[in-house]
Amino acid sequence: MTTALNLQPVDWLNLFLYYLSISLLAVGGAIATAPDMHRFLVERQGWLTDVQFNTSIVIAQSAPGPNVLFIALLGWNVGLNTGDGTHMAWAAGALGVAVCMVGIMLPSSLLTWAATRWAHRNRERRSVRAFKQGMAPLVIGLILATAWVLGSAHGDPARDWPLWLLSAATTLLVWRTRIHLLWLLGAGALLGALGWV
Amino acid sequence: MGIFPLAEPVYRHPSPRLMAASHSAMAPALQPGPRPRTMACLAAPAMPTASIDTSSIGERPRPHSLRELFWAFTWLALQGFGGVLAVVQRELVDRRRWMTNEEFMEDWAAAQILPGPNVVNLSIMVGDRHFGARGALVAVVGMLLLPMLLVVAVAAVYAVFATHPMVVGALRGMGAVAAGLVAGVGCRLAASLGRHPLGPLPCGLIVVTTFAAMSVLRLPLAWVLPVVGGAACALTWRKLPA
Repeated sequence: MTTALNLQPVDWLNLFLYYLSISLLAVGGAIATAPDMHRFLVERQGWLTDVQFNTSIVIAQSAPGPNVLFIALLGWNVGLNTGDGTHMAWAAGALGVAVCMVGIMLPSSLLTWAATRWAHRNRERRSVRAFKQGMAPLVIGLILATAWVLGSAHGDPARDWPLWLLSAATTLLVWRTRIHLLWLLGAGALLGALGWV
Repeated sequence: MGIFPLAEPVYRHPSPRLMAASHSAMAPALQPGPRPRTMACLAAPAMPTASIDTSSIGERPRPHSLRELFWAFTWLALQGFGGVLAVVQRELVDRRRWMTNEEFMEDWAAAQILPGPNVVNLSIMVGDRHFGARGALVAVVGMLLLPMLLVVAVAAVYAVFATHPMVVGALRGMGAVAAGLVAGVGCRLAASLGRHPLGPLPCGLIVVTTFAAMSVLRLPLAWVLPVVGGAACALTWRKLPA
């Protein structure tokens, strides 16, 4: 009880305004702004512990869904930290989720929506067509780089070669067949749980 | 999510573009099998028969209701371990065929450049295209709502199982598969560069440059996008008819 945070309405507003303010900075995914969230939530405000911050990111990345959901977990934990009883803590957690997610999503989503409308109205313009088609090879390069970054979490190829082999086999199957992705994920989970990769 | 079978016949259909090119050759492979009821509304307009030209834009598959849009995005978000990108291409292009590979890449490029999570941006674009602002909202909520509840539930049990060796192993295995999924989708999309106005070789160079800049040199996206992307767009602009 003594460790529970005491967040006033102005603090919740502060949290909301913080997420509104970084929403438009999150180019290339919300995870790019994670260092700044750490600075604000952990170092400056002391609303979260280091461990809570890190496990929020780990859980959101290992659970299904967009990785941006780590922000929902950060809000959840801030809420839990303020609660002193179980059901009140859950309500505060839900409030934290809502405050953080609406804050981070609202500005960027409105901008995307407006930009989509504009691009659709001007789709015959040469500049819009050049942008859309010109970016295609870049998009493929970015996607392959994303795969590479995900894969390099495997570690040393000499020791962890089964993991690399599994990634390579998955690549081939996705590329050349129409097998459902859930089969592949299930097989990966099974192989991992059995300790084969 | 038992109502969604893992492999429906509709999943095997080639893209409209492919079908237009090799209509007769593909015909034997397209015999529709028994379909689950939940998918009937998706599959019905897309069922290719010898007499229907499905390559025309007007008959392209599309979501028929906000509810269908909501569940489509929820379903693809729930499949997205380690990122939703691979699933979006599989579900929206290969399976439901709401968009072509080319359209997917166009939207994905814009979704990357705009601030905000790119899969959320993409769901706004797809939702808005079919149902306007309501569609954009429904698609985003579909993408986030159930996964958000799930992630909070996972967080609640995480502390109990986080160090269990089988759980750690399963997550390792799924992480390796997730990397392969994304790479495989990249390879699939690369096939459509053959029709790019710049031609295959310059396209390949842009792909390799972007890949090296991001994965080997680890340059920030805020540098790579304007420099490489700007050059690619300028070169494409010169090739396009005014």
